[in-house]
Amino acid sequence: MSTANAGAHDAPPESGVNYLNANYGIRSWLLTTDHKRIGLMYLVSITVMFALGGMAAVLMRLHLIEPQGALVEPETYNKLFSIHGIIMVFFFLVPSIPATLGNFLIPMMIGARDVAFPKLNLLSWYVFITGALLALFGIVSGGVDTGWTFYPPYSSLYSQTHVVPVALGVFIAGFSSILTGLNFIVTIHKMRAPGMTWFRLPLFIWALYGTSLIFVLGTPVIAITVFLLALERLLHVGIFDPAVGGDPLLFQHMFWFYSHPAVYIMILPSMGVVSELITAFSRKRIFGYTFVAFSSMGIAVISFVVWGHHMFVTGQSIYAGLVFSVLSFLVAIPSAIKVFNWTATLYKGSISYQAPMLYALGFIGLFTMGGLTGLFLAALATDVHLNGTYFIVAHFHYIMVGGALMGYLGGIHFWWPKMTGRLYPDYWARVAAVVIFIGFNLTFFPQFVLGYLGMPRRYAVYPAEFQVLNVMSSAGASVLAVGYAIPLVYLIWSLRYGKPAGPNPWGAKGLEWTTASPPPTSNFLAPVVVTEGAYNYAGTEGSHD
Amino acid sequence: MSEHSEITGHAVHVVPVRTYLLVFFALMAGTALTTAVAYIDLGRWNTVVALAIAVTKMTLVILFFMHVKYATGLTRIVILCGFFWLAIMVALTLSDELTRVWEINPSGWNALFPLVSRLF
Amino acid sequence: MTDLPAHGAHPPGFAHQFENMQQQREASSLGMWVFLVTEILFFGGMFTAYIVYRLLHYESFVTGSHLLEVKFGATNTYVLIASSLTMALAIRSAQTGKRKGQIIFWLILTMFFGALFLGLKFTFEWRHDYIEHIMPGFGFQYRPEWGSLGPEVQMFMCFYFFMTGLHALHMIVGLGILTVLVIMTARNKFSPEYYAPLEISGLYWHFVDIVWIFLFALLYLIGGRY
Repeated sequence: MSTANAGAHDAPPESGVNYLNANYGIRSWLLTTDHKRIGLMYLVSITVMFALGGMAAVLMRLHLIEPQGALVEPETYNKLFSIHGIIMVFFFLVPSIPATLGNFLIPMMIGARDVAFPKLNLLSWYVFITGALLALFGIVSGGVDTGWTFYPPYSSLYSQTHVVPVALGVFIAGFSSILTGLNFIVTIHKMRAPGMTWFRLPLFIWALYGTSLIFVLGTPVIAITVFLLALERLLHVGIFDPAVGGDPLLFQHMFWFYSHPAVYIMILPSMGVVSELITAFSRKRIFGYTFVAFSSMGIAVISFVVWGHHMFVTGQSIYAGLVFSVLSFLVAIPSAIKVFNWTATLYKGSISYQAPMLYALGFIGLFTMGGLTGLFLAALATDVHLNGTYFIVAHFHYIMVGGALMGYLGGIHFWWPKMTGRLYPDYWARVAAVVIFIGFNLTFFPQFVLGYLGMPRRYAVYPAEFQVLNVMSSAGASVLAVGYAIPLVYLIWSLRYGKPAGPNPWGAKGLEWTTASPPPTSNFLAPVVVTEGAYNYAGTEGSHD
Repeated sequence: MSEHSEITGHAVHVVPVRTYLLVFFALMAGTALTTAVAYIDLGRWNTVVALAIAVTKMTLVILFFMHVKYATGLTRIVILCGFFWLAIMVALTLSDELTRVWEINPSGWNALFPLVSRLF
Repeated sequence: MTDLPAHGAHPPGFAHQFENMQQQREASSLGMWVFLVTEILFFGGMFTAYIVYRLLHYESFVTGSHLLEVKFGATNTYVLIASSLTMALAIRSAQTGKRKGQIIFWLILTMFFGALFLGLKFTFEWRHDYIEHIMPGFGFQYRPEWGSLGPEVQMFMCFYFFMTGLHALHMIVGLGILTVLVIMTARNKFSPEYYAPLEISGLYWHFVDIVWIFLFALLYLIGGRY
């Protein structure tokens, strides 16, 4: 295991006081304004939400072992996939990297003491918890069966389930992300240390800046959309009801105006993590820094003009369909640029295969597959066949789970020593990464085939000829579940029994590695002045700005 | 540099009361104008005039009451982005809502450009 | 916290995550503008829906608009513009180092206009609409002269109430913010060196005014009154 301490040029002697032990007691956590503590609070909260969303998935996969359903009534199955989607999208993936790693790392990576608005940061966590509790209340009261997409008029006029509390829970949680995004934008613009110019920033920061733009520009729209839906349901008036002149597609336009960029909220931070991991574990500068930085901006911007590709078969006009299809092909380009640059970074690098790197490599492969299948769906003609099938389910799970979640796990593992001051056992971490990779592919690859063969999504029953593939997928899901459980065990174990970590156990470049692990509350004990670009690994050729 | 700007770091622009009052009267006049024009039959131009006056009033409030005339480039880009994104949402949504072809076998202009038949 | 450099020279209101007052001021201003952008998109969602339905159901929207009284909409517009002036003058008073009494005077006047706006709206418009059974969800009754357009006229009234309601909610929050500002001013928190809370609250207040400018033009004047 590499333990080189290069780069820790001003790490002071350990005084033992860090952000974790500076104050004790529940009030010092619940009233903290320290971005690092807030990041940890988010980490715990979203892990709980992930477990809940995961349980729904486990029940779904168990049910789908048999063509006529093995476990629950169809009405319950509808609630399960709705709950799974709502929790995983809004309460796990959207906040995941930004609220945990972003909160923890952004000030450190730019050489600041904290974010621009620490109290707003704390407020964002409370708002998130409020939204989550309201949604959970709705779920525990009986759940919703509308799908995470809440399409009216079913969700507003016909569904007998608890749409309002769940939708309002999503509405409230949206404000949490708006506050986070706002904080990050102002922090990155205004609080960079002297010498930290835009083009010396780690690419993780660029990725989170793009993500924050999406938070700020997109989330308000879903907020108002869900709000209108709730009003429609509560007041029994028709906004999206065709019988009174409303247009159900208008809801879909407004919903997807946010929800498509939202999927980039979910993947862009992971891409930022991957840039950090690839460079650290190839000990090389990133290839094409400027391209990767601008591709994050490109993704953020273009993501806003492609939402209609979710509506190709809904009755949307063919002309709009053409426009959205072309633009959807365009949005693949910046993502591809990143993949090419990561690959070029690996070339002739000094590569080591610790757990974070395994996750990063897994990300590149699985994200590429997920992304390429998105092109199948962006083409109008093939989308007619594939829409509403398991092909779509597989497509987005390759990106969200094979991509975003693996990036998240890679980041958690990479920065775990920094956040906790402890090293985890890398052997078990690598085992878990491999188990997750195998389990993931076993779960979701069969779903591409199933979708292509015509199995519809969101159905509690299916034709008997699809059973083998479904059983394979469910078997994979159980492997995947084991894979996710393993890190939970050793990471918690490491908190007490893990070897203490030094300031820079990976020998990585970056301001966060120049402080103690865990860092002091104010991050840096001496004023930070930046004199070199990012990823300035020894032996890499080329000049630096 | 004056002591004031030494503390604050840069000269802070104080807008004269006269400017504020001029803007105020312009806004009041604009409101009166837009109300009066509503009572005159201009056909579809009523909407155009009302919106033009509203945009002018907004611009005055932004430039003078909100001090954007004296603000940095970053502030202006932020504001422009807000409006630009709203424009994206409206334009692309309308690209669907206004181009749906309702006839089974449309003929003439309606086949190629449904928008045409809707507007004229 | 002893690991920060000595900072006796920092003015009141300084927040320690920042390096100096200028950085803090720029950050607060940028923060409020970014927030206002989120508000543009928030109201913008409803404006988008409104635009779509107005284009698709123009006749019904004209009928619905004629249910509203222009005189109340116009009066409220004048009131809000006046409140923006008084808000700007309050900030200017702080900027130029006037006595706190003067700042508070302008702030209270702003609050008065804001409350007047809400009072006119709720008592003369909304109450009247409720009594006349044109408040959706609260005993809405179709009128025979609307013919088959009845449901779509109700749709217009939904937009009227949702949009002006959301705006009124923002006004109420604004009044709350102004109350806090009055208290802060009374406690001598502000000076020419530090008045950022006033400035950014002013930005919020002016934004809410701008939203009303568009609501008036778009809701009350559809199809003209000739």
